[in-house]
Amino acid sequence: MDYSQFWALKQEIGLLLVFLLVFLYDTFMPRKSLKGTAWVSIAAFLVFTVIGFFDCNTCNITSAFAGMYVTSPVIAAIKNILNVGVLIVLLQSVKWTSTEEISVRRGEFYELLFVTLFGMYLMISSRHFLLFIIGLESASLPLAAMVAFDKKRYESHEAAIKYILTAVVSSAVFMLGLSFVYGLTGSLYFSEIYGVLSSQSSMMLVLALAFVMAGIGFKLSLVPFHLWTADVYQGAPTNVTSYLSVISKGAAAFAFLVILVQAFGQVYSQVWEWMLYALIILTITIGNLFAMRQRNMKRFLAFSSVSQAGYIMLGIIGMNATGMASLMYYVLVYVFSNLAAFGVIGAIENNTGLVSMDDYKGLYKTNPRLSVAMMLAMFSLAGIPPFAGFFSKFFIFTSAIQQGSIAIYILVLIALINTIISLYYYLLVVKAMFISQDDCKVGTFRSSCPERLALWVTVGGILLLGIASPVYNYLLTISEGTVMAFMY
Amino acid sequence: MEIPMICYLLLSLFMFCCGLYGFITRKNMIAMLISLELMLNGVDMNFVVFNRFLFPGSMEGMMFTLFAVAIAAAETALAIAIIVNVFRVAKDIDVQDLTTMKF
Repeated sequence: MDYSQFWALKQEIGLLLVFLLVFLYDTFMPRKSLKGTAWVSIAAFLVFTVIGFFDCNTCNITSAFAGMYVTSPVIAAIKNILNVGVLIVLLQSVKWTSTEEISVRRGEFYELLFVTLFGMYLMISSRHFLLFIIGLESASLPLAAMVAFDKKRYESHEAAIKYILTAVVSSAVFMLGLSFVYGLTGSLYFSEIYGVLSSQSSMMLVLALAFVMAGIGFKLSLVPFHLWTADVYQGAPTNVTSYLSVISKGAAAFAFLVILVQAFGQVYSQVWEWMLYALIILTITIGNLFAMRQRNMKRFLAFSSVSQAGYIMLGIIGMNATGMASLMYYVLVYVFSNLAAFGVIGAIENNTGLVSMDDYKGLYKTNPRLSVAMMLAMFSLAGIPPFAGFFSKFFIFTSAIQQGSIAIYILVLIALINTIISLYYYLLVVKAMFISQDDCKVGTFRSSCPERLALWVTVGGILLLGIASPVYNYLLTISEGTVMAFMY
Repeated sequence: MEIPMICYLLLSLFMFCCGLYGFITRKNMIAMLISLELMLNGVDMNFVVFNRFLFPGSMEGMMFTLFAVAIAAAETALAIAIIVNVFRVAKDIDVQDLTTMKF
């Protein structure tokens, strides 16, 4: 066996080292110094992220373990995007993990978080369905444990049981679809499935693909499979919610693209083109309509993230370099805007315990900085021009339109109309904070240092990413390289 | 006498559908979990049958089953742990009582 191929897994191995460091620190250090676990994991993960960025320039397309595992500049870039998001989540969760109730199992939170991230790495890099399933499960099972982290709160357990039961059903359905694919093609390698499928299209394949799409659609909370989203987001601790809505969703979106294009790309127009259209239209519209009537901020952001997932799916339709680059750019911008929103919600919840939209009335008078950060996040999520969210939506629509069929134009038109609808409920939050004359229930407070740092980073990202063109250009360049080689 | 492949496939599909039916209709969370196991086992059998009858040259389906069984065990362990937690807080494992968060 050629041991040098383990070098291709260097990002996974690095993450494993971070995990081991935190695990050993948490196990063997004296009880007094356990307060440092949070900072040890942040420091170790920061080093890992920075190394990942430097490494990104030198890595090229490599496959290991007989093609089961692939890494390329695009994959390294999406992993780096996830790393940045995780770093922000880690900063936001410092205060929560040092509360008296959580601090007994502070270490477990960081360990579970790193394990789920490891699973997402495998999901992104795998080119064989066995490895993909292992990645998918190790990304979703520890997350259920994280959702149930607040032992005292009943909602946390209710959310966890809803999450784990639906996750297992969806993975059973996904594996049923896979077994049909296996029966049709005789292989679980993406590349071999791609080759065999070029010559056939049957009813069984349609069924198999519908099951596969349902399985991943659950992870992404696309619409017929989204019913768990709002309940889990509301019940889970806020930091876990932000992790769930941003990192888990970004990884699943990229994995979805890879599976559809690499394994089933040959039968695009016969089988899954219309399925994808239907999913996108349903996801964007229903997500928007349900977001309007939510009063709880976490539920509200849950439905907003459902509709955002629909926009991310638009990047898959292009099946070209711009599609992939705009998908990555969308995920990057989404990481910053959504984490800014969750940062504000988390800060307010940590200090006052309030999560209802009505409690945000007049927030500007008591906490002007937090409300400005929230406003920027809402503008970016809605796609108002000078902020990053506008450009990510613009690029994703452009890449979809390049296909040039009538159906695509109608699809993009529906998405555009939905952007306008979404403006209504995003602005509801801004109105509550700035225009409502009521007295604010949230008193003036100063959020903790790591929370403020995380908010500054996210606000900086929202303001700069739209203006700094090198980011998108870089993503486009590497996507072109890998799409040419068909190795993403 | 060789039993034809379709019999095995129908059996595995029957197991899957029974599991799905049980998952939707049962009220007790443990019973729902048992139904889930039935679904997963139906899928595993599908893989084994396809491997044995259609592609006896390689072991890919068998390998997948092996891993899927391990994953199913992990899922069950975690779900049971969460159900125990729910029971401690709510003194009940009826799924229809999980109605704090809705719509």
